[in-house]
Amino acid sequence: MTMRPEQGTLISRAQAMAALLELLTDQPVVVCNGFPSREAQKIADRPTHFYMIGSMGNAPAIALGVALAKPNKQVVTFDGDGNVLMGMGTLATVGALKPKNFIHVVFDNEVYGTTGNQPTISNVVPLEKVAKAAGYVNTVRVLDRDDLVYEFQDLLKKDGPSMLLIKVNEFQEEAERILLDPPDLTKRFMNAIKG
Amino acid sequence: MMDSDVFVQSLQDLGVNFFTGVPDSILGGIIAELMNRRLYTPAVREDEAVGMAAGAYMAGKMPAVLMQNSGLGTSLNTLISLNVIYRQPCILIVSWRGQGGKDAPEHLVMGEVMPQFLDTMKIPHRTLTEKTAAEDFRWVADTFKKQQIPVALFITKGVVKGLHP
Ligand SMILES: Cc1ncc(C[n+]2csc(CCOP(=O)(O)OP(=O)(O)O)c2C)c(N)n1
Ligand SMILES: [Mg+2]
Repeated sequence: MTMRPEQGTLISRAQAMAALLELLTDQPVVVCNGFPSREAQKIADRPTHFYMIGSMGNAPAIALGVALAKPNKQVVTFDGDGNVLMGMGTLATVGALKPKNFIHVVFDNEVYGTTGNQPTISNVVPLEKVAKAAGYVNTVRVLDRDDLVYEFQDLLKKDGPSMLLIKVNEFQEEAERILLDPPDLTKRFMNAIKG
Repeated sequence: MMDSDVFVQSLQDLGVNFFTGVPDSILGGIIAELMNRRLYTPAVREDEAVGMAAGAYMAGKMPAVLMQNSGLGTSLNTLISLNVIYRQPCILIVSWRGQGGKDAPEHLVMGEVMPQFLDTMKIPHRTLTEKTAAEDFRWVADTFKKQQIPVALFITKGVVKGLHP
């Protein structure tokens, strides 16, 4: 694994995700395609998780649909830097609509990790600043576990839309493919977020 | 020619309660009516609109996405790798630009192949006419509920009143 300058002390996406999932209970979480979904399934598989296996770039759009339809539920999306870059227009839609119940977590490893660590351009495009300019109310960039826990707890208490961008290293857990069939994931998620 | 408020009311009567999309001139009257009724959430790309509709569906809504047929190209991957495989239905209200080869050049290819294009993706579709409207709307709702995948209703020029009749 080649180290980038900022990277020496960074935690992995899985470590960051485990810390966040400890702070979440029954909030709907929409997880982008690729290893982020597979790692979330491995760390804590909950019916309130919606794992994407395709439609790269659409995680925040799906989460936004949930958030608009359920304004009294806090909705979280776990996203990757490559995914955010692909669906960057949705930062503008979220920023303009300003759903208070929307938390966008970005695991930024500066690569398309799932497909073999090809570099993205998030090393030179600060995605949380793009979100801020687009109208997100709170945007934070964190580099280590303590900050991550502190800031996420803080965002859970605040009105959004919020973005928490976590710089993570390129480490990828061994995590199997999503186990449930897609239609069963849909049904499970729908039942879990009812009411 | 059908009035936009009749069109919107028909969809609401079917139970449709989440509307998003990207405008086209043919859909101008419908979108204006949806905005009057404060029912419309604007999207910036059609794949985003389809994604939002999928989220809304999973949160209990019956969603519709309005788009020009070029947007079917933009949203193709989302339609098949989200809606179709996850069984997440939505109603696609698609304006048929380029129908019959009489339109601006950018619309001609999609205008010609659109029905076969949706057939290939196994997305059911039908073209709205004023005479068959009641039946068309019923078919849309039935297909949505039975097949649990996207269903497209094509809107040709002049069938629903636009902004500039
Ligand atoms: C439309 C589309 N293009 C490409 C891919 C292949 N692909 C799957 S995951 C992925 C990388 C995602 O990168 P990122 O969001 O940064 O997540 P990471 O894997 O780094 O955690 C790519 C390119 C895809 N699934 N869909
Ligand atoms: Mg990445």
